[in-house]
Amino acid sequence: MFGAGGGTSSYREVEETDVVFLWGSNAREAHPIWFHHLLKGVHNGAKLYVVDPRRTSSAQWADRWLGLNVGSDIALSNAMARAIITAGLQREDFIGHATTGFDAYRESVEPYTLDVGERLTGVPAEMIREAAHTFATADKAMICWTLGITEHHDAVDNVLALINLCLLTGHVGRWGCGCNPLRGQNNVQGGGDMGAIPNRLPGFQEILDPGVRARFEGRWGVNLQPTHGRNLTEMLHAMEHHEMHSLFVIGENPAQSDADGTRVTRILAGLDHLVVQEIALTRTAQLAHVVLPAAASWCEAEGTVTNSERRVQRCHKAVEPPEGARDELWIIAEIARRLGHDWGAPTAEEVWNEFRSVAPDFAGGMSYARLDSLQGIQWPCPDESHAGTEFLHGRLWEVPRGGTAAPFSVVTHEGPVETTDGDYPLLLTTGRRLESYNTGVQTGGYDSPLHRGESLDLSPEDADRLGIAEGEPVEVVSRRGTVQAPAHIDRTLRAGLVFMTLHFPDDVATNVLTIDVSDPKSGTAEFKACAVRVERVHAMPSLAVR
Amino acid sequence: MDIRLPDAPPTVDERLAVDACLGAPVSAWDGGARGSKRDAHSSVVGGRETRAQRHRLLPALQALQSRIGWISEGGLGYVCARLGVPPADAWGVATFYAMLATSPRPRRVLHVCDDIACRVRGARELCASLERAAGRPLSLLSPGHELLLDDAGAAWIHAPCLGLCDRAPAALLTVAGSRPEERLVGGLTVDRAMALLRGAKADADAAATPAVSQQSGPDVQPAASLRLLRRVGKVDPQRLEAYRAADGYMALVRALEIGAEGVIHEMNVSKLVGRGGAAFPTGRKWEAVRTQTRTPHYFVCNADESEPGTFKDRVLLTEDPFAIVEAMTIAAFATGCEKGFVYVRAEYPLAAARLELAIDAARGAGLLGHRILNAELSFDIEIRRGAGAYICGEETALFESIEGRRGEPRSKPPFPVSKGLFGMPTVVNNVETLANVLPIVLNGGAAFARTGTEQSTGTRLFCLSGCVRAPGLYEVPMGMSLRSVLELAGGVRAGHVLRALLLGGAAGAFVRPDELDLRLTHEDTRAAGLSLGSGVIMAFDETVDLHDIVLRIAAFFRDESCGQCVPCRVGTVRQEEALHRIASGRTRGGMAAELGLLADLGASMKDGSICGLGQTAYSAVESAVQRLGLYASRSGVSA
Repeated sequence: MFGAGGGTSSYREVEETDVVFLWGSNAREAHPIWFHHLLKGVHNGAKLYVVDPRRTSSAQWADRWLGLNVGSDIALSNAMARAIITAGLQREDFIGHATTGFDAYRESVEPYTLDVGERLTGVPAEMIREAAHTFATADKAMICWTLGITEHHDAVDNVLALINLCLLTGHVGRWGCGCNPLRGQNNVQGGGDMGAIPNRLPGFQEILDPGVRARFEGRWGVNLQPTHGRNLTEMLHAMEHHEMHSLFVIGENPAQSDADGTRVTRILAGLDHLVVQEIALTRTAQLAHVVLPAAASWCEAEGTVTNSERRVQRCHKAVEPPEGARDELWIIAEIARRLGHDWGAPTAEEVWNEFRSVAPDFAGGMSYARLDSLQGIQWPCPDESHAGTEFLHGRLWEVPRGGTAAPFSVVTHEGPVETTDGDYPLLLTTGRRLESYNTGVQTGGYDSPLHRGESLDLSPEDADRLGIAEGEPVEVVSRRGTVQAPAHIDRTLRAGLVFMTLHFPDDVATNVLTIDVSDPKSGTAEFKACAVRVERVHAMPSLAVR
Repeated sequence: MDIRLPDAPPTVDERLAVDACLGAPVSAWDGGARGSKRDAHSSVVGGRETRAQRHRLLPALQALQSRIGWISEGGLGYVCARLGVPPADAWGVATFYAMLATSPRPRRVLHVCDDIACRVRGARELCASLERAAGRPLSLLSPGHELLLDDAGAAWIHAPCLGLCDRAPAALLTVAGSRPEERLVGGLTVDRAMALLRGAKADADAAATPAVSQQSGPDVQPAASLRLLRRVGKVDPQRLEAYRAADGYMALVRALEIGAEGVIHEMNVSKLVGRGGAAFPTGRKWEAVRTQTRTPHYFVCNADESEPGTFKDRVLLTEDPFAIVEAMTIAAFATGCEKGFVYVRAEYPLAAARLELAIDAARGAGLLGHRILNAELSFDIEIRRGAGAYICGEETALFESIEGRRGEPRSKPPFPVSKGLFGMPTVVNNVETLANVLPIVLNGGAAFARTGTEQSTGTRLFCLSGCVRAPGLYEVPMGMSLRSVLELAGGVRAGHVLRALLLGGAAGAFVRPDELDLRLTHEDTRAAGLSLGSGVIMAFDETVDLHDIVLRIAAFFRDESCGQCVPCRVGTVRQEEALHRIASGRTRGGMAAELGLLADLGASMKDGSICGLGQTAYSAVESAVQRLGLYASRSGVSA
C-alpha cells in the first residue's frame, strides 16, 4: 500500500491488537500458521470480525460474522465509513495531518447509508453500524485480507476501500494497527520484492522513473524499456491475439490455476514455444515444448523467502535435488549464457548482494550473515545498523510528517460482473481447504485423512429444492463450461451460494466454470464470483471434465 | 470455534431439556432453526461470548440426564452446538461423572450404596438379594447390561457413599422426566427397593427429618450450648421469617457495623480453621483474597461432601440453609466477592432444593443482590450441582467442574486465593466452616476461642456411624475424648465388642479400641499420626470383616481417581490388586513382600500425586497394617 506492496504489520502485532477484521479470508484453512498468531490475539482479548460470504471455519471463531453478498466489499466498507463519519468517530487529527482527499471521499460514501449498505451487502444494518463503531473506537485495530478481496474484477478498488477505513480511523502507522494482505505462499512477497512483477524493478522501484532506470542500466549494462510489462491476464490476451508467441513459465500452473481453464489451455497449446520450469510435470508442463526440471527452492537450493510480515528469511539447502533437476539459478544463468550473456555461475548470496546494491534503501542492511543471526529481518532495512521495520508508515504520524501524505481513494460499488438469472440461478464462489494447496501440485500426491476430493458444496436449502442428496453426483454448468462433482451439503452456506475449490483440477476442473474477467489494475481474475446452475446426474459419475 | 458436530439430531425432548437450561438459541448458528435472512448474513455466536458460556456445559448435560435419563449423541451434539464446545471435549466431561450416563438407561434408577457404613449395616447382603430379585445392576463400564423390570423402565446400580450413613443402608432414587424426581432413601430393605423399582413413590426424602442425635448422654453439656446445630430440628428451614426470629441475619448486621477488616480480625482471633479436612486458618485465607487486586473475586462454598462416612454438611444445608447463605454473604463482604457459588454434590437433592429456596427468599428480601441492607455490598449466589465425582471435593477440581470441565485437580501453586475459579482470586470454604462464621462475628472471636483448646477452638461436628447404637451428627467442643464422643452415640451395640474405629473417612485412618483416650483436637490427632479430617467416626465391632472394609476403601480410591496423574491412577489399581491377593491368600512372594509393595505404592502416591486423593489413598490401608495389625495374623509378621 502507498506504493510498496507489503503488509504493514508484524505477526506479533496481531497477537497484541484489540480488534481484527479478517476480510475475505478463510485464514483458518488457507493461512493456518498465521491463524495461530491470530488465535493468540483472540486469546489475549482481541475482538475478531470475519467478513466473508460463507460462515467459514475462520468465521466460526469470530465474535461477529458479516456474511456479505459476494463482491459487495466496497459497499460494506463505504457503509462502514459513512457510519463512522456520521457518528463523528473519524480521526480528524490524523486525517488532517497525514492524508489527502478526505472531502471527496466523505462525499463519495454519503450515499451508502446503513439501509443501502444492508440492501447491497445483505448484512443487517445494525451489524454494519456496530462493526464500524467497534473498528473506529478501538485503540488498536487492523484489517487483514486475502483473495476474497483480490480475486475480483475490482480488486484494487476493494483494497483501496479497506485502506480508506484505516486512514479514516488512524489505524495505520501505529503498533497493532494496519492493513495486511496475507500471502498465500511462503514467498509471494519475496517474488514482488525481487521485481518479479510487470511494473516494478527490484525493491518496488518504479520502472517509469528515469533516475531509477539509469541506476539499473548502469549496474546491468543494458537498456531497460521505459514501459510497464504485461500482467498474466494481458499476456493471455496477447497470446490469444498472436501478439505474443513464446512463454517461459517458472513454477506456475496456469492451465489449471487460471479462470476459464479451457481457454487458457487452448491459448497455451497454440504457442510457438512454451518453456516450463517446474518441480513436477504439471498440466501446464505437459503442454510445453521444453520442460526444465528444477530443484525445489525451499529445500534443495540456497536463497531467501519473504513472508507476510515482510520478514526476509534464509532458506538453506537441506537435500540434494533428484537426478536431472537443476538449481533454478543455474538454469536461468545457463539460458542467459546461451542467449549471449555470460553471467558466470552466481551463487544465491551473490545475486542477493546485487539486489541489496540496487535497492539499498530497501534491503541494504540485510546481509546473509545478519539474516542468519537475526533469524530474518523485516524490510525496509537500509543499512547494517538497522534492526528492520516492525510496522510501516510510522512516518505518517511524525511531526512534521515524513514523506508524502496518504491519499484517500474514491471507490464505488459495482458488484460481480456476472449476476445470477433464471438460467444460472446460483452464485459460485471458489476457495481453499486446509489440507490442499492451490492446484494440488504439492499436495495432491500425499495421503491425508482430510482429503475428500472435489465437491460442489451447497446449502441444505438448495439441496432440498433440487432434490440432491449428500454425495450424489451433480453437474455444475456455467456460461463457459460444465463439470461434474459429488454434492456436499454444507450448513455454512446460505441458499443461492455454492462453493468449490481448485485443488483437484485433474478430477474436477473448477476453473472451466469461472469467468475470465479481471481487474485491469492488478490483472487478477474474478475467481470469486460466477453464475452457475446445478443439475442432478442420473448416470454413474464419470468425474471427468467434458 | 470451528467444531464438527455429530450428524444425529436431538429429539424434541432433548432440545426442550437443554433450552430450559440455556434458554432458546439465538440463531441458526447455535442450534436454532435455519432460514432467516439475518442468519444467512450474520452471526454473533461462536466468539468470545460463546466461549464464556463454557461453564454452563455441566448444567446442560445434567438437564439432559434428569429429563431423558441419559445423554445421547444427538443430545450431546445439541449442547455442543449451543455452547460451541467440541463434541470430543463434551464427551470427555460427560463420561467423567458417574451420575451422567452416556448409554441408554431406564428413566428410573435406584442407586444403592454399598460403601463402608452401609456395608456394616448389611448393604452387601441387600445387593445380593436385590440382584436375585431385580437382575444385575447397571454397570458404568459395559453398556451391555441386563435389564429386568423392563415394563417399569427401571434399573439399579451400585453407588459410593451417599452421605446417609446415619440411616444405612441407603439409596438414591432418580426418576428422569419433565418433572424429575430425586430422593434419598434410608433404612433400605429388598422389599422397599423392589417397590421403588416398580414405581412406588418414594417417601419424603430420608434426609428431611433431621438426622441429628442431640447430646443426651450424662456427661455432655446441655443442648442449649449448641452453636452449629442450635437451629437444626427446631427452626423451620424453609421460612426466612423463622430464621430471622432465631437470630438470623444478626451476624450480617454486626459484620456491616465492624467492617470487612473487623470481620477478618475476629476471624483471626477466633483461630477457626477449615472443617473440610485441610484445617487451614480461615481468617488468613480471607485476608489473602481480600488483598488481591485482580477482580472479580469469587466465593465458593464447597458442599461436595463426598468423603465416605460424612454427612454433616448435608444436615446443615438441609436444616439451616439460611445460615449458610448469611455466612457466605458475610464472607463475601469481608473478601470483596460479588459472586458466590455453592457446589452441592449430586446425591443431596433435598439440601440443594432447600438451599435454593433460601437463596430465593434472601434475594426477595434484599439480603442478596445489589446493595444488601443498603450497604456497599452486592453479592449473589448460584448453586451448582455435582454429578457424582468424589474428586470434585478437591477445591481446584471443583473449580474445573464449575468451569464445565472434567474434575481434574490443578497443580498448586498457584493457590486459589490468587488464581482460583475462572483464574481469579477465590475463597473456598466448607459448609461447616461457614456455619462457624455466624457465632464468631456475632459474639466475637475471643468468645468463640474460649471453647475448645488453645490450638483447636470452637466446637466440631462428628458424623457417627457404623456399629454404634445411635448413629447421627454430634456437636462437641474440641478436645473431647474419642471415648466420650463414642459414648454420646451409645457406644457399640449391646453384646458386641469394638474392634476398630475409622477416623476421618476413607482418606483417614483406623484407630484401635485401646486408643479411645485420644483427645479430638488437631494437635492431638496430629501427634498420634491421625487427622480429624471431615469429622467421620465410624465404629466396627467383631461382626465386621475389616479386610472387606479395607478392600472397599481401596476400590473406592481406584474408582474415584480422576486418572490425571500416574502415581494415583496406577497406584490405586496396584494397591487394590495387592489387597485382593492378600485377601484370597495368593500372595506374590509372601505377605511381607506384599506389605512392602503396598508401602512402596503408598509412598509413591503420597509423594507423587497432584492432589490429596492420591496423597491419602494409602492412609487407611497403612493404618490397617500398622495400627490394627490386620495382616500380622495371616503373615505371622508383626507389622
